[in-house]
Amino acid sequence: MTIKRAGRDGFGRAMVELGTENEKVVALCADLAESVKVHYFAQKYPERYFQIGIAEQDMIGTAAGLALSGYIPFATTYAVFAAQRANEQIRLAVCYNNSNVKIAVSHAGLTTGEDGATHQALEDIASMRVMPNMTVLVPADAWEAYEATKAAAAYEGPVYLRLGRTPVPELTKGVGEFKIGKARKMKEGKDITLIATGIMVERAMQAREILSESGVDAEVINMHTIKPIDERAILESVKKTGCVVTAEEHSIIGGLGSAVSEVISEYFPVPLIRIGTKDTFGESGPPEELLNKYGLTTEKIVEAAQRVIQRKKNIAMSIN
Amino acid sequence: MQSVEYLERVSKRIKRDIIQLCSANTGHPGGALGAAELFAELYFSRLRHSPENPDWEDRDRFILSNGHICLALYSSLARSGYFDLEELATFRKINSRLQGHPSREDLPGVETASGPLGQGLSIANGMAMAQKLRKSDVKVYCLVGDGEIQEGQIWEAMMTSAHHKLDNLALIINWNNIQIDGLVKDVMNIEPIDEKFKAFGWNVISINGHNLEEIKDAFDQFENNVGSPTVIIAKTILGKGISYMEHKAVWHGKAPSEEEALQALNEIGECGYADDLVLK
Repeated sequence: MTIKRAGRDGFGRAMVELGTENEKVVALCADLAESVKVHYFAQKYPERYFQIGIAEQDMIGTAAGLALSGYIPFATTYAVFAAQRANEQIRLAVCYNNSNVKIAVSHAGLTTGEDGATHQALEDIASMRVMPNMTVLVPADAWEAYEATKAAAAYEGPVYLRLGRTPVPELTKGVGEFKIGKARKMKEGKDITLIATGIMVERAMQAREILSESGVDAEVINMHTIKPIDERAILESVKKTGCVVTAEEHSIIGGLGSAVSEVISEYFPVPLIRIGTKDTFGESGPPEELLNKYGLTTEKIVEAAQRVIQRKKNIAMSIN
Repeated sequence: MQSVEYLERVSKRIKRDIIQLCSANTGHPGGALGAAELFAELYFSRLRHSPENPDWEDRDRFILSNGHICLALYSSLARSGYFDLEELATFRKINSRLQGHPSREDLPGVETASGPLGQGLSIANGMAMAQKLRKSDVKVYCLVGDGEIQEGQIWEAMMTSAHHKLDNLALIINWNNIQIDGLVKDVMNIEPIDEKFKAFGWNVISINGHNLEEIKDAFDQFENNVGSPTVIIAKTILGKGISYMEHKAVWHGKAPSEEEALQALNEIGECGYADDLVLK
């Protein structure tokens, strides 16, 4: 059986290693150390760990001050409280200053679960992606979260690192190297491109299996970097396949689906369907049931793939 | 440390710059004029800094949180030699490094962007923590407006400064009791501010923000204080030294006409330093 681990676990492990590897790495938290898995770092490097209390706006500003003094701060909390509550602090102190702050957040998306809509960030990718100077990373599993954390520390500039709460199987280990801005091709295919991010990568892989049973050969791209988006990977793939389905644990407004459709609309328009939440808040419930209710499932990706392939065929017929 | 007489003249030079720059463009003269003595003490006597090497690791940090009074900052930076004095004339014009509110990425000497109120103290805290981590004796100074204290983030940051015992940090409040919509006490009362800071665990010093002796003493007290952050509550007069501006909220963000500017320059008087002189 595959071992399942959450993105935040990979982050926690990477932070402990970073503490030894780079004495400039420091961490801040707003009263959620164990939830965000920064508590291991806190225990091992207490002098480089700053508890700020329940004050996310202050935490972001403080992180900026540390960054502007030569440190590499990781500011940690839940996605909603960073991207949304501290939005203007991120805009001014982090992005406009171009300060070397890493904002590492867990509890992104519906899989936050029973805590409900208040705690399920479904808008954070959109609000971070629009910020000048910001890099947005959404790892698919614990291994990729580990790699992304290391890459974020090595990268000079603001980074938003979106981590999941719920354990997922590890898919990315051994699939090429992790590079910010370079999409990871999980599987080659020629009939359709499935572009997924975060926990939806697993579902896109499952959808590929089901599609193959009906003779559809799907390419799966893991878009772990939403910004800067890997335009080349998108265009190379859609030029080959001629249609796309995107899948993200986020609103279809402003996230991965938007980013991909911006690229193909400008350079190579092909039929596209976006899987994600449809302009709605979430609610309380077990993660799996929530994903089912809001349509973030393998089946929905399969259905969308079949529809988008049909559209591609219709267009081809109308041209002929 | 410089003499009071010298710093008086520097203050006048800063005030003249504020009027000249503002009348040629737009800007916020009132608060900037009221803080001229504080800037004179900081940039021309107190701060250890190196205008030729703005990124010098061991420089003292000055954070202007109420970014709208950047006319005083720009004058101080230019007169210290961070950039050419001629560049002051580009203030608020297109393609200028002297943005309407300070931009760190654009102008040397600006430690952080500011303008959206309430953010400076958090950033200053982070800088003070960094200096503690690297075991340096660098000091961090942060200036806020009194109305700005209405922002919730300030209170978050006040707790952080005290909780982390940032005795290398001084917060200066430019206390002129005026904000855009009127008197601070009428818009949203923040008094008694000294007692509030005391209750939050701060070392509190109240001074007349135009008296250079008192300013100097306050900073000396800060440098000798151990174990807690220091707040210097500096009572100032918005538009200080210009009869038609003093205490008037309208001069928060309004530039004087050519005629008004001439009167202002007359009232400030000559400082003995030419328009094109770098003071250093």
